[in-house]
Amino acid sequence: MVLKAFFPTCCASADSGLLVGRWVPEQNSAVVLAVVHFPFIPIQVKELLAQVQQASGVGVAVLGTWCHRRQEPEESLGHFLEGLGAIFSHEPWLQLCRERGSKFWSCKATHRQVPTSPSAPGEDQVMLIFYDQRKVLLSQLHPPTALPDHQAGDATASTRGLAAVFDTVARSEALFRSDRFDEGLVRLSHWQSEGVEASILVELAKQASGPVCLLMAYLLSLISAASTCRVFKLWPLSFICSKLSTCEQLRHRLEQLTFIFSTQKAENASQLMRKANTLVSVLLDVALGLTLLSWLHGKDRIGQLADALVPVADPSSASSVVVYWAYCGQTGLCGQEPSQAECPWLLRVAQLRGRRKESLGAGKEWVAEELQHLLQWLMGAPAGLKMNRALDQVLGRFFLYHIHLWISYIHLMSPFIERILWHMGLSACLGLTVALSISDIIALLTFHIYCFYVYGARLYCLKICGLSSLWRLFRGKKWNVLRQRVDSCSYDLDQLFIGTLLFTILVFLLPTTALYYLVFTLLRLLVVTVQGLIHLLVDLINSLPLYALGLRLCRPYRLSAGVKFQVLEHEAGRPLRLLMQINPLPYNRVVHTYRLPSCGCHPKHSWGSLCRKLFFGELIYPWRQRGDKQD
Amino acid sequence: MEDELSFSDIYGGRLALQRRYYSPSCREFCLSCPRLSLRSLTAVTCSVWLAAYGLFTLCENSMILSAAIFITLIGLLGYLHFVKIDQETLLIIDSLGIQMTSSYASGKESTTFIEMGKVKDVIINEAIYMQKVIYYLCILLNDPMEPNGISQVVPVFPSAKPRLDCLIEVYRSCQEILAPGKATSTSP
Repeated sequence: MVLKAFFPTCCASADSGLLVGRWVPEQNSAVVLAVVHFPFIPIQVKELLAQVQQASGVGVAVLGTWCHRRQEPEESLGHFLEGLGAIFSHEPWLQLCRERGSKFWSCKATHRQVPTSPSAPGEDQVMLIFYDQRKVLLSQLHPPTALPDHQAGDATASTRGLAAVFDTVARSEALFRSDRFDEGLVRLSHWQSEGVEASILVELAKQASGPVCLLMAYLLSLISAASTCRVFKLWPLSFICSKLSTCEQLRHRLEQLTFIFSTQKAENASQLMRKANTLVSVLLDVALGLTLLSWLHGKDRIGQLADALVPVADPSSASSVVVYWAYCGQTGLCGQEPSQAECPWLLRVAQLRGRRKESLGAGKEWVAEELQHLLQWLMGAPAGLKMNRALDQVLGRFFLYHIHLWISYIHLMSPFIERILWHMGLSACLGLTVALSISDIIALLTFHIYCFYVYGARLYCLKICGLSSLWRLFRGKKWNVLRQRVDSCSYDLDQLFIGTLLFTILVFLLPTTALYYLVFTLLRLLVVTVQGLIHLLVDLINSLPLYALGLRLCRPYRLSAGVKFQVLEHEAGRPLRLLMQINPLPYNRVVHTYRLPSCGCHPKHSWGSLCRKLFFGELIYPWRQRGDKQD
Repeated sequence: MEDELSFSDIYGGRLALQRRYYSPSCREFCLSCPRLSLRSLTAVTCSVWLAAYGLFTLCENSMILSAAIFITLIGLLGYLHFVKIDQETLLIIDSLGIQMTSSYASGKESTTFIEMGKVKDVIINEAIYMQKVIYYLCILLNDPMEPNGISQVVPVFPSAKPRLDCLIEVYRSCQEILAPGKATSTSP
């Protein structure tokens, strides 16, 4: 087996001395950690190594000698270095030598005892691997190989392969504490930090963080205690709270803040990273929210937004609807079928309204008005389809009446909308995600679309169910509820007759219902899509590990996926030299590993199940149902 | 020691295999794929622009032309940076591991290093690819749970797809390092 010597690049220019490091026998590799310079007293070196071994739990030992020839080779130094092997006995004894003016090093590993195999006479093949001590010290291997029982003395068995090298370097931090300029008894050469820049602000923040955390944790515990109060557990409140995304978001934010300000120390690196990620994401969120707040409260933009959001701020359109409704009600009460002669009248109303809208010059979207247009279009011959006229009219009027109710509701609401929005805007202090839970407001303002959808879906579902059971009757079968299967059944003649009659009626009425259902489902899907996009944005802000991404961008070696080797220039007869570099973790794996948990209150329909539900007229909800399968 | 051989990939394209013997315990194999040819680049660009021009004459909207330019540029950049692999390298170091590097045409390099403790063996396998049977070199990884199990099969040279004769060369050299002594007797 080839002997591998891991040598730190920072020691390449050190003076001659002793190599201090750890020998990993199972891999036949020597990890050099530092170089001890001349002059030294062997007892003191041994004492220092014993101290380091006690502090770090790494078996640090003198591995061999290091000779950096700046001048002409001296015979005496060579003998002296060989003599050192007798004082610090190690098996095998490394002899590294760097010659002046040459890029190639010589390296020998000698076994003092009798070699086990006669073919290898005391010397091994050696491979030199250079590594950057600082990067290896700071980097964190993915996936983490260290086991929880790491601290317990000899944890060397738990790590294998190159992870052992990383582990050795990371744990022998005690060795790196001594400074280069210290006039100590033993002079060492190894990597050392450039020195921490003492900033008074950083020190103050460090001192202040403890009390601030305590205070915030106390406040947060008060808030969470208040939120678990029994008043909120009552039926309507708890139901509303579980469905409103603002409440979900507030709860999530509370959890995040409790996590950040928890007084316990982070146990391991992944938890520390999670804390940092959460902190950065909350900070960014609040910063974005404050920007939004200052923008909103700047130039009466709240008022403009309220005007834009109130779908029928124009009372004239509402009055025309009332007139129209009165007319429809008259004809309906008289029990007459609306004749073809009404169509021009309808058209005229539509034209009139369109002109008025143009004259107002308002570029805003009048949701209710557009819906009325749509309904009128549906009540005629939509896209040239011939519908069942009576059912068509009944459905259309029903929906028009609903719109009328809706308009009056909006009129009642309109003075308060601005104030509600103002208060919602204040919630942006808690972060953009809370403010973005505006989808609640969208849901409130498009409640009529939801109602239409529910009516249409229920009607359609009823028809589909009726049709399917009657189709079974048609074939002489029936659904056996007890056995949960289709059984054959012999029907009477009049049963068959009635069933067939009903089937025919349902089949002929189906297209009209299906059309209404289709149109309102499309509208509903539009609203759900907008809400879903907002939820996606909120989830993105909540779950993106910004700190880890920043670390990957600025310090790629901190998060490592492994190592990569580069073969350095080579000369025959000399040991092979490799450069070990840190292979940074790819961005997608960073995101995957450090993704923060988001509040998962949104359903995850697969496309197939969605289409199936839509076809059979089952209701789709924007939140997760209790019976839904969690996937 | 360094030598260069010429092989062909499964489509008949030319591949250059460079072998570098750094030491008895360290070898490198470097497969260079053919570069992006000017002819195919011109053909793709011309077809996109002609299609855009055809749409432009129909719609009379100059947005289409600028969109076509952007699509071509971004597509070319994406192709060079994420898809087109110029060189694939297999570095095998005794008792340390196997390293696979793919260099993209834009200069990006993606490296995977597999430690020797995880490597079970290097073999030549055959697979059905589209409508033909191809051979590929792959690394079998040990399963940490089962001593004899295989947890993963990592294909080597996935984008170059060299033919069997090239694979045999690489395979023999790999086996010389992995299992010295019996390498000469094994044949794939």
